[in-house]
Amino acid sequence: MSRGIGVELKDMWIRFDDFVAVRNANVAVEGGKFFSFLGPSGCGKTTILRAVSGFLDPSEGDILIGGNSMRGIGPNKRPTALIFQNLALFPLMKVWENIAFSMEITGASAKARRKRADELLDMIALSDQGDKLPSELSGGQRQRVAIARALCAEPDVLLLDEPLSALDLKLRQHMRTELREIQQRVGITFIYITHDQGEALTMSDHIAVMKAGVIDQIGTGKDVYNDPATPFVASFVGENNVFRGKVKSVSGGEALIATNRSGDLVARVSPSNQGLLKPGDDAMLFIRPEAFSLAESQTGGNTQVTARVTNEEFEGSAFNIFMEGDQGKQIKVAIPNLGQSFESRQGRTIALEYDMRNAVAMPAGPMATE
Amino acid sequence: MPRFLTEFFKRNGILMGGLMLGLVLFWTIGLIILPQLSMLDFSFRPNLPPPEMGGPRDVYTLENYRHLVFGPEGASAAYNYIDLGVFFRTIVAAICITIFNLILCYPIAYYLGQSRGNHVRIFALMLIIPYWINEILRAFALRIIFGQTGVLNTLLVGLGIFDTPYDFIRNDIALYAGLGYAYILLMIFPIYNVIESLDRNQIEAARDMGASWLRIHRRVVIPYAKPGISSGCTMVFMLSAGALAAPQILGGPSSLWFTQIIYQWFNDNSNWPQGAAYAVVLLVTCIVLVMAAMRLFKVNMGDIGK
Repeated sequence: MSRGIGVELKDMWIRFDDFVAVRNANVAVEGGKFFSFLGPSGCGKTTILRAVSGFLDPSEGDILIGGNSMRGIGPNKRPTALIFQNLALFPLMKVWENIAFSMEITGASAKARRKRADELLDMIALSDQGDKLPSELSGGQRQRVAIARALCAEPDVLLLDEPLSALDLKLRQHMRTELREIQQRVGITFIYITHDQGEALTMSDHIAVMKAGVIDQIGTGKDVYNDPATPFVASFVGENNVFRGKVKSVSGGEALIATNRSGDLVARVSPSNQGLLKPGDDAMLFIRPEAFSLAESQTGGNTQVTARVTNEEFEGSAFNIFMEGDQGKQIKVAIPNLGQSFESRQGRTIALEYDMRNAVAMPAGPMATE
Repeated sequence: MPRFLTEFFKRNGILMGGLMLGLVLFWTIGLIILPQLSMLDFSFRPNLPPPEMGGPRDVYTLENYRHLVFGPEGASAAYNYIDLGVFFRTIVAAICITIFNLILCYPIAYYLGQSRGNHVRIFALMLIIPYWINEILRAFALRIIFGQTGVLNTLLVGLGIFDTPYDFIRNDIALYAGLGYAYILLMIFPIYNVIESLDRNQIEAARDMGASWLRIHRRVVIPYAKPGISSGCTMVFMLSAGALAAPQILGGPSSLWFTQIIYQWFNDNSNWPQGAAYAVVLLVTCIVLVMAAMRLFKVNMGDIGK
């Protein structure tokens, strides 16, 4: 049921002199969906957004919006609207003039513009604020004005460049929900750029995870979180504990990895890596902090890890236990706080166990740097 | 003592604060306000030889102002057409020069303000370096370019565009070019300063919403640059209306700039009160025009310093 207009990147490369900002991107964004590009700063995600909006041209390949090639079509002629990271509201125009700016261009009368601006102000719950200047609004209100201004042009595709990054945590979380609601109400395609995996996971239908100009994985939030395709995705999206080692045996969708520090551990091979692991290969095994539980007894089985506790902290929703891990890294374990008593295990060596389904194994590769 | 003064002294100490305050007061009162007040006083007095100053004939009179409007007593014409003509021509020409400079400098300032990189500094330096040469030499250089046998005429006649050399000087083209050129920096830099701080995303946002370049400038850039544009225009207008060297050197034999008449009263005719009256009229007219323009374009006094 795709209502909106889809966007497609076909074999797209973007180069700045010798620097390759985007390497062979192939993405199909379904119409009417919320699609996020997630990656650390400098990974090329903003470059992709600028190419889709028309501010720069791909060096190779093509961008299709609604099936039409956008080659040679300027930003003012594309059915896209861009929300800038700093919002770029016009400081000297009133809020309503900001919102209805795109209608000035089509030659709408001041009365029609005001009417449309008031409708949009109602939608973003800022009904009586139209005659203020942007500087008189709060950060969250300005955010909503920027969205209304972009929607006023009735674009087929809304492009958002980390628009929440300037807000404080509480407001950011609130705006996530709100953005998602707006997207579902207007039903157009949203393409969202962020380095915040929480934002990407909560809002998106699909996420493309990027690293240094390359798209590592495209999938739903659940796919990306539960079945990371590469060590980078596994370590960038959410928190993860890595165990390095060599593949001992592979059978069905399971791999036995001889890890450097925790003996043999068993894990699932994620769908995209099926058949890529051979005995003897360097491998990485990832287990999330929340996938561990404290073992009743030390059995030394293939789903147990033992280590010395170096630090403990109380986070509110969870108790975090940090233990000595591989190559100076710590193993983090999060025990949900259900009101149970929690005895300190500082300095003791304890056993952890996990469900094999919650561990993924894949060929070794570069991870995200913290 | 008002609070800002106590704080000023607390921050800078009595000695340093006193020195700074003293210098500022000396500058504004001693060097600007008092001399202007004495000019104003002069302008209302008759022109008397020194022994009679302060004597019984030294009374306040409007005679000097009357002279500008009606000419010398017993003159045949009803009005002082010559001086008034020069006065209005000067004002109108100064306004034209200001507008011309704005049209010329705004794109340059916009380009400089929105470009990033080394070439901007080189460009700015190329604009500044000619101003190391003093004003009179620059004016004479233009004379060489615009003269009867000057560079431009040689070129135009040589190319066959004109049959005979064109008299740029008699037709005041050299004068306007000289005055225009003399103050372009004062137009470019205030506008450049403001535009440099304009967020490029705003321009892109407007473009993304479909705005043409014309509309982007009209709705986004020019409103933002207004403080710079008004300081630039104010300075160029005031300085070209009050210029002396360029009209002296580049003006045609029959065309006078109002400042030249003022100069003649002070210097050639040794009639300081008459010169002062003319100068006061020029000053007041310029101020009134600037204020009126600021009113028209809704610029606040506070914006000008930005």
